[in-house]
This record gives sequence, structure tokens and C-alpha cells, in this order.
Amino acid sequence: MGRATREAFGATLVELAREGIDVVAVEADLSKSTTTATFADVYPERFFNVGIAEQNMIDVAAGLAVAGKVAFTGSFAVFATGRAYDQVRNTVCYSGLDVKLAPTHSGITVGPDGGSHQMIEDIALMRVIPGMRVLVPADFQAAQAAIRLAATTPGPFYVRLGRVAAPDVHPEGFELELGRAYVLREGSDVTLAACGVEVHEALMAADLLAEKGISAEVIDVACIKPLDVDTLVASVSKTGRLVTCEEHSVLAGMGSAISEVLSEACPVPTRRIGMADVFGTSGEPAELMEHFGLTAPHIFAAAMELFD
Amino acid sequence: MTPGFDAVQVRTTAVGMRRDIIEMVAAAGSGHPGGSLSAVDIVATLYFGAVLRHDPTDPGWVDRDRFILSKGHAAPVLYAALAEAGYFGRDHLATLRRLGSILQGHPDSKKTPGVEVSTGSLGQGLSVASGLAAGLRTSPDDDRTVYCLMGDGELQEGQVWEAAMFAAHHGLENLVAIVDDNGLQIDGACTEVMCVGNIASKFAAFGWKTFEVDGHDVSALYATLSAAREHAGSPAVVVAKTVKGKGVSFMENNANWHGKAPSAEEREAALAELSVIEGGA
Repeated sequence: MGRATREAFGATLVELAREGIDVVAVEADLSKSTTTATFADVYPERFFNVGIAEQNMIDVAAGLAVAGKVAFTGSFAVFATGRAYDQVRNTVCYSGLDVKLAPTHSGITVGPDGGSHQMIEDIALMRVIPGMRVLVPADFQAAQAAIRLAATTPGPFYVRLGRVAAPDVHPEGFELELGRAYVLREGSDVTLAACGVEVHEALMAADLLAEKGISAEVIDVACIKPLDVDTLVASVSKTGRLVTCEEHSVLAGMGSAISEVLSEACPVPTRRIGMADVFGTSGEPAELMEHFGLTAPHIFAAAMELFD
Repeated sequence: MTPGFDAVQVRTTAVGMRRDIIEMVAAAGSGHPGGSLSAVDIVATLYFGAVLRHDPTDPGWVDRDRFILSKGHAAPVLYAALAEAGYFGRDHLATLRRLGSILQGHPDSKKTPGVEVSTGSLGQGLSVASGLAAGLRTSPDDDRTVYCLMGDGELQEGQVWEAAMFAAHHGLENLVAIVDDNGLQIDGACTEVMCVGNIASKFAAFGWKTFEVDGHDVSALYATLSAAREHAGSPAVVVAKTVKGKGVSFMENNANWHGKAPSAEEREAALAELSVIEGGA
């Protein structure tokens, strides 16, 4: 079992600062949960806690970016994107600033805190803003790479981090390229396109499909915007079938983003795994993944429908 | 490069800015004259009264002070100042709000030289100014100052007070907030729509140094803004009492002129009133 993607946040900021990048972090009273406290411990003069004030958090980061800093923000996904949406849209993105949102506790794997804290619309909210880039790392290595990519690429970024341990799917030292998806397993019969914790579920589903003699190609869509259209088109051109898998609403998330482009470029029979336009609920992360149909057996079943 | 303060020169420039505002909003056929006119003397004192350290030939000059127009709908007053200062040619003023113009309906830092950050969604400027002030304060003798102009109605946005808390908590003495206290908002008098109470007292309660001034007396504005800049130990706010629509009799103290362009006749009537220098020269 790997580490949680959020654990990469503060530690990677420390590395970036040591390498001479002028990173700062703005937090809204959740530094221990998001791990920005790790950065604050080493670079207290570069850390700004705004208290419980997420709108101010985003715009203070915007001001720091105007002053020439690479400004990361913390808090939880539900607050950073929902409560501060106008700040992200009208100040950060409209001005095209070097503000990098990397909130943690995205999706239903937040667990017992319940639906109020389980953000399942953040990919949707962020990807529709002009100029925003959206990264959803699948594991700790990818999270390190995503934070590094966001820090070293000009302009606004959204990096979606999670609370619970994510199984490793990428090797140590994995590097993320902007606008690139990663084929983790080649196959010929069906494409499983996934992001975040669903990448590991898709890999396990591919094993289940292999037992039925079905060859599944698994793609980690770590960068949802800009989307790697070429890799996706090449894959579904070959397989002719697609299942999208995300720990997010099926509305306007990664599956929608892929369907938008494939419906024009290469339409194929598709199933979308995700939250079916419902809020989450309290429970343990693993229970919730099963309850809402996000685990490998559900991906397997959705893929099998495409062979009926 | 900034000359000393000259009240007559600032007043003269302010009249020209008021004329520009009337002309550009009339040409655009839409826009916000009321809150632009109320802020003219404040903005003129900043840009042409030796308060704001800036260089129109080098908008990115690192040692400049920064000005953020949080009440972004008053874009015409900013554009009038930036054109007068020479950030762009005056011919652009007639293109306000037109397709392809560098002068958007609300300030757009990607399109307009001299605009530090895009504004228009109210209540955000003070947060941005606070972050900017924190980011610029690299050493104790770094005196680059961030000025942020807000409307009094804008203070109804809760985020303003999140920023007020933050700036005081971090002792951002290089931050000067200015409130264009014209008493009116779109739906009427601020006190009737949603009364904020005593503005200076509220900022004082958050730990700010407060100043109150006649927002149309450029000499008083110069003295007060200079004192606010020099104040150490905490951020400072200048509550400038103003008249919405100042300088055009039929627009003064009338909320209907918040967001309405003058007709051709009204334009002529306004310009006729704006042909003399207020207070004599």
C-alpha cells in the first residue's frame, strides 16, 4: 500500500523551495491535514495561515503571485473550489496568475466526515474555467510530480489530492508531463481510462477481465486539462470500447471530458463509472467505494456490458 | 521621477479625468459614471499628486508602488488616470467596452498596461492587496506600498473583513486601503440597503490605523494618504467621504447614475459643467 497523495504536498514544497523556486503556501487552518505544516515548519516566512477564510486564502495567494511568488493554496477540495469559486475564476484565472490550488480530501474517500465534506464536483468546477489546468494524481509519486509540474509551469493549476493511502501505480521518480495520459497496461479489447484512486481499481479490473479472456488497456488520465486526446483516440480506435472511472460525479468530470472529445473524434460505446449524481455519505473509505460502485468488480461489470 | 505635490495641477488633471469619464462612458453607451466620478480626486491625488510611485514608461518597474481598484466597475476613472499618465494612448478611451478594446468593462490585467490585477467581482481587492503587500515586504526598509481602493457598498462583502483580519494579523504596514465613501449603491443608500455601520470604527476594531478625509479635497487627500503611507506597525485605511457623481450636478448623490451612460444631451450638459477648475486656479 502506498502513501496518501496529500502527503506529497508539504514535502514537495520544501524540495521546490530548496531548489530555489520561490514557492509560498497559503492555508486556511488545515495545515496538519493538508501537510502544508511540513512546509511551514521549514519555511515559516513563506507560509501564510489565513484562518478559516477560504475566499481570502485564494486571493491572498493571488496577491502573492502578483508579487512574483509561486503561490500554492491548501484547505479541502470542497472549500477551495466551492466556497472560493468566484475568487478562483475572477481573480486567479481571469488574471492568469501563478496560483496553484492543491487541496486535499477530494472525493468520497474522505470517509466518515460524510457528504458535506466529500467533494465530487471539483474536477467539473475547475476544468470549465478558461486557463485552468487540472491534474489528478493517482498515487504519491504522481502527486509529487503534479505539484512539481504545477510549480514550474506558469499559470493557474488545480491539483486534486486525497486523504487516504493510494496504492502505488507509478515508479519512484515518475515525472508528469502537461497534457499527457499514461498507458499503464496495453490491451486490445477495451480501454479503461481512469484518474486518481480509480487508476488502481482499473488495473485490478483489467486482471478480472483478463480472466475472461478480455484484453483491457488501462490509461492513467492524470492530466484532465489539457486532455491527451491523441493517446485516448489511439486507444479507443484500437479497442472500440471505453469505460471511464473516476472518484467524482459522472457529470462534467473526467468521463465527461473524454466523452466530449471522443464524441467528435472517435465515438465508441462507453460506460462511465463515478458518482451517479448523488452526494456521498458517512462510512469508511473502502465501504464507500463499494457502496457507490467505484471498485474493480463494478468496472469489470461495466466493461462486460460493452461485450453483450 | 515623481514631482512634488501641486494642488492646482492635481485639480486641473481631475477635471480632465472627469471629462474623460463622461466622454468615454457616453461613447461606450454603458458603464458606471457615478462611482467613477466620486473616486476621481482620490485617484488623481494618487497618480498625479506625488503619492503613488510609478513609471508609465515601465509598467513592470519592480520598485513601483501598486494600486488595486477593488471597485472594478469604476474602471473609467482608472483608465482616465492611466491614459493621462501615458500608460497607453488617449485614443483608446473612445474604445471602452468595444469588441477588441484594451479597455474592458472591468479592469483586465491581461489587456491593459498599468492594471496590476483584474477586478470587478467586488470584495476581493483587499485580499489581493494584502497578499501583494505580504509578498513585497522583503526587508524592513522596503517601502513599496500597496494602495487598494474600495467602495463603501463593497464593504458589505464578507471577504473584505477576512482580509482586514489578515492584514492586521500580519502587520502589513505597507498596505493602505482607501474607501470611496459615497454613500450610495445600485439599489439606493448604503445605509438603507445594508448598513455597514461606522466604517472607520470597524477597521479600527480589526487593528487598523484609520484616517478620515474629505475625498474631494486634494490637499487633504495628499496629506492623509502620505500619513497613511508613513504609518508603521499596522495597515492603514483612509475613509474618504465623497459624493457619488461628483462634478456633474444632475448625477450628484443620485444612485440612478451608478451604472447608466449619459445621452448625447446629458453628455454636453455634463461637459459644460466640467469646463472650469474646481476651487479656481
